Amino acid sequence: MSVGPSASGALAGTRIRARRLDAGVAQGELARRIGVSPSYLNLIEHNRRRIGGKLLNAIARALDLEPALLSEGAGGALVARLAAAAAAQGRPGSAPEEFAGRFPDWAALVDAQARQIETLEGQVAALGDRLAHDPELSASLHQVITAATAIRSTASILAGSETLDRDWQARFHRNIHAESLRLADSSRRLAGYLEAPGGDPGGAALSPHEQVERFLETMDHHLPALEGAQPAMRPDEIASGAPGLDAAAQNVLKHQLDIYRADAAALPLDAVAQAWQDSPDPLVIAARLNQPLERVMRRLATLPAGIGPPRAGLVVCDASGAILRRRPLDGLTLPRGGAACPLWPLFEALVRPGRPLRAVARLPGAEEETGDGTGGVLCCAVATLMPTVDWTRRPGSRR
Amino acid sequence: MARRVLLIEDEPNIIEAVSFILSRDGWTVHTHSDGLSAVERVRAHPPDLVILDAMLPGRSGFDILQELRGDPATRTLPVMMLTARGQARDRDLAMRLGATHFMTKPFSNAEVLDRVRALANG
Repeated sequence: MSVGPSASGALAGTRIRARRLDAGVAQGELARRIGVSPSYLNLIEHNRRRIGGKLLNAIARALDLEPALLSEGAGGALVARLAAAAAAQGRPGSAPEEFAGRFPDWAALVDAQARQIETLEGQVAALGDRLAHDPELSASLHQVITAATAIRSTASILAGSETLDRDWQARFHRNIHAESLRLADSSRRLAGYLEAPGGDPGGAALSPHEQVERFLETMDHHLPALEGAQPAMRPDEIASGAPGLDAAAQNVLKHQLDIYRADAAALPLDAVAQAWQDSPDPLVIAARLNQPLERVMRRLATLPAGIGPPRAGLVVCDASGAILRRRPLDGLTLPRGGAACPLWPLFEALVRPGRPLRAVARLPGAEEETGDGTGGVLCCAVATLMPTVDWTRRPGSRR
Repeated sequence: MARRVLLIEDEPNIIEAVSFILSRDGWTVHTHSDGLSAVERVRAHPPDLVILDAMLPGRSGFDILQELRGDPATRTLPVMMLTARGQARDRDLAMRLGATHFMTKPFSNAEVLDRVRALANG
């Protein structure tokens, strides 16, 4: 006979006591029903005697419970999560096993709340990151503050005590009018953006890239009108007619569709399908068809279902890591901002321009096989150098 | 001879308003809107004081400030930085790089005038 708590079996006593009290059965009564002395049951309930299967079954029958509820109690995973939750609150060593054993329902509630807190903290962190680094938001804020600065300074001159020349007055009035229009537009966009930071906002509240993503999702990222030797439509026609897109989003969409059209012309559907059938590897296909790897990856993410290659996700980011284009993949979350996993080959590729990377991303808890036969997602990544921008030419500059 | 201030800023209506109030106060105001050539502009025609926007096309105001402070000829030139972002880290960065003063947009005209006069008087 062993004395003292050991492993999971020892805490069966704690669970027996909790269940007996829940059932309103006196210790002496339960002892009588199972044929042991009250003092012996007391030792069991305080985990000072290990309990065998026969006696455990008798207690379970006496309390009208499944024996497993007494023998197994809370799972190890639950206990581990409770321990982590206690540690996160600065209370390590709070006896999570005993708590889970004695109060399984409360333990489940604490676990659920701890998980919810973790989820919410993640969302808060992602939103905080978005506020700090989102290029759309930063640009909108800059426009608002710039317009407000110009209006404040100009209005202050007009409202000052010194008499102004009529030409200057007219000039400043024009400036205020122009800046007020800019302020109205940028503040409206900013308000819409802030009102829907993470939910399911309407089109007007989305950033241009988000509007484009939503449109492409409705098309499942494949546009038959841009396929073939003689496409039925031009990219600008599709962009200008895309429902629910504002002017900025239409510009973004047109740019993406120009790329789509170039990719489709260089890599016709049947050629890609045949190449995939011969060798289902983007790097091999790029070499065989003599096309840049990034083009092959984009093309794989715009193929229609049913021609051979499986559905492919796509992530395009800029040099800062801000994600510009996404095609989500089932089971793979693709956040836009800083909440993205830094282990993605996407980010590693940024420090090795021109060098293709291949990696298998494994998702926590993903049981289903997703491509490579090991439960992971096959990822290819490459960073390309963009043409140098001539900053001395400013499109849309007023000077 | 009127003292010269160089306003490095790319927003035309801010340029016009600030130039107007400084000119009316007796300053000779020169303006420059491109970040890439801003340092050359300062070297070619050294002003008595620079008002430098943090966000410029081609090159950030922080980079420009850093280069000016690395040049003995402009190391002590008074530079007032303007920024649309008032976060502490931007202020810290500006002061660490050697800004003489840091001002957050939107500013008041009186604030600009007071500070420019104070910086010019050293």
